Amino acid sequence: MAEILIENVSKSYVSKDGSVQALKNVNLAIESGDIFGIIGMSGAGKSTLVRCMNFLEVPTEGTVSIRGKALSDLSEKELRKEREKIGMIFQHFNLLMQKSVLENICFPLYIQGKRKGEARKRAMELLRIVGLEDKAKAYPAQLSGGQKQRVAIARALASDPKILLCDEATSALDPQTTSSILKLLEEINRNLQITIVIITHQMSVVREICTKVAILKDGEVVEEGSVEDIFNHPKSQVAKELILTDGSQETDLKPLIQSGDKVRIVFSENSAFEPVIANMILKFHEPVNILKADTKNVGGVAKGEMILQFPGDSEKAEAMKQYLRERGLAIGEVTDSVD
Amino acid sequence: MWTKEVVDMILKGIQETVYMTLLSTLMGYIIGLPMGVLLAVSDKDGLKPNRVLYRILDVIANIVRSIPFLILLILLIPFTRLVVGKSYGSTATVVPLVIAAGPFIARMVESSLKEVDEGVIEAARSMGAGNFRIIMKVLLVEARTSLINGATIAVGTILGYSAMAGTIGGGGLGDIAIRYGYHRYQADIMIVTVVLLVILVQIFQMVGTTLANRLDKRR
Repeated sequence: MAEILIENVSKSYVSKDGSVQALKNVNLAIESGDIFGIIGMSGAGKSTLVRCMNFLEVPTEGTVSIRGKALSDLSEKELRKEREKIGMIFQHFNLLMQKSVLENICFPLYIQGKRKGEARKRAMELLRIVGLEDKAKAYPAQLSGGQKQRVAIARALASDPKILLCDEATSALDPQTTSSILKLLEEINRNLQITIVIITHQMSVVREICTKVAILKDGEVVEEGSVEDIFNHPKSQVAKELILTDGSQETDLKPLIQSGDKVRIVFSENSAFEPVIANMILKFHEPVNILKADTKNVGGVAKGEMILQFPGDSEKAEAMKQYLRERGLAIGEVTDSVD
Repeated sequence: MWTKEVVDMILKGIQETVYMTLLSTLMGYIIGLPMGVLLAVSDKDGLKPNRVLYRILDVIANIVRSIPFLILLILLIPFTRLVVGKSYGSTATVVPLVIAAGPFIARMVESSLKEVDEGVIEAARSMGAGNFRIIMKVLLVEARTSLINGATIAVGTILGYSAMAGTIGGGGLGDIAIRYGYHRYQADIMIVTVVLLVILVQIFQMVGTTLANRLDKRR
């Protein structure tokens, strides 16, 4: 049975200029133990979708079931009880600014009717899990962004949830902090057997920890599958764009690309550590331009991609592509989507 | 002129003014705090929007606040007599002061609560908190500094109103200022009472600001 089952979910809002459809007939099954990424550009409906999973937003149509229980069948009181089992963290952390770190973590425990002493003991354990036991008495304003998110994670874990929803949880953090938070989430998934749903617009986040991913565009799921498949063989235009712009905010591709054949190559299992590009250049004596290169560890396997540009007038371009294919690299043409 | 009688009278005036101000503020909050919470909660972006309730409270607050205090004071004389048995003196002044302060305080509470970050409310809701808990443990706590600053403004305003009540024998420093300064042309006594009123406002303001800053954990 799926941990979270979303069936034919649509959500529309009524605004001044008529109704806006944020979600269109979304179907997703998130299995227990998954780290499930939901990725899309801003305005794609990701935040609405994740809020449908704990009914902070009630879908206009369709059903959301948690372990087979449809949330729409629950009374207000039962729904609140169910929410205690679904932790959530946010882009802007959303901590109580007037309460100490310890009291912030105690908050969900008080909701469950725990006494102060018991709640504080549990909160201290959680602070240890997130590595902030020395900050119990501090106030959120005295913490860095990464530390605030750790407190938020501890708070979300306080009620022993089975599911953790992360709404752009790393979007306000720098890359180093992002990866430390992602590592923490991975540990939580592994050690506490918590299913994690990650909403993000950063492909790097998906690649770093997700096992499965769904790509959302204009309120619709356009592609879904294992992270590996989508990275290696993106089908939809959005997926290609997301993979291409991944991590390249700082490198502006435009001025570099003038003429010539551009290809995107994807490394898989055994190719990433072989100096294949260097060998190719040595063999063909052609100045190949590397426009973008990015290799990372995905699920224990070295994965990566590069965008190469062959000289505009080269006759050897086809032969070089063939050379790369023979070495187990997937090759895709890069067209105007680079802009 | 500094006879024992005058000094005693001024001391009594200070006592009456402080009594009227603090009692009215306290009772004003007994009405204004729940009313402000209801306004914030029932508004269209509130925790539990309720147009009818909001409209009713909104109209009440506006009507009371649009009547000049001096007029309200006179309009309420029969009511005051009913409640405290007489229409003059400092205890009688507390009645119209509370009626005027309640809606004023409610408006300030409303605006303080609306400053609370939506995200924090959403987080509380995601943890399974109900509306009552969100009001008590999130809204009122997170808005603490703003609420105290509001209370300080309320005390200052009520103190000013209490002095106005002096025109109809309301007691306190305002009463003395009007009786001596206006009716008997004794400017010296009037100036002394005005200076004392200024000092009182300063003290209240200082206490309020210090308290608000000390309790603010955002820095």
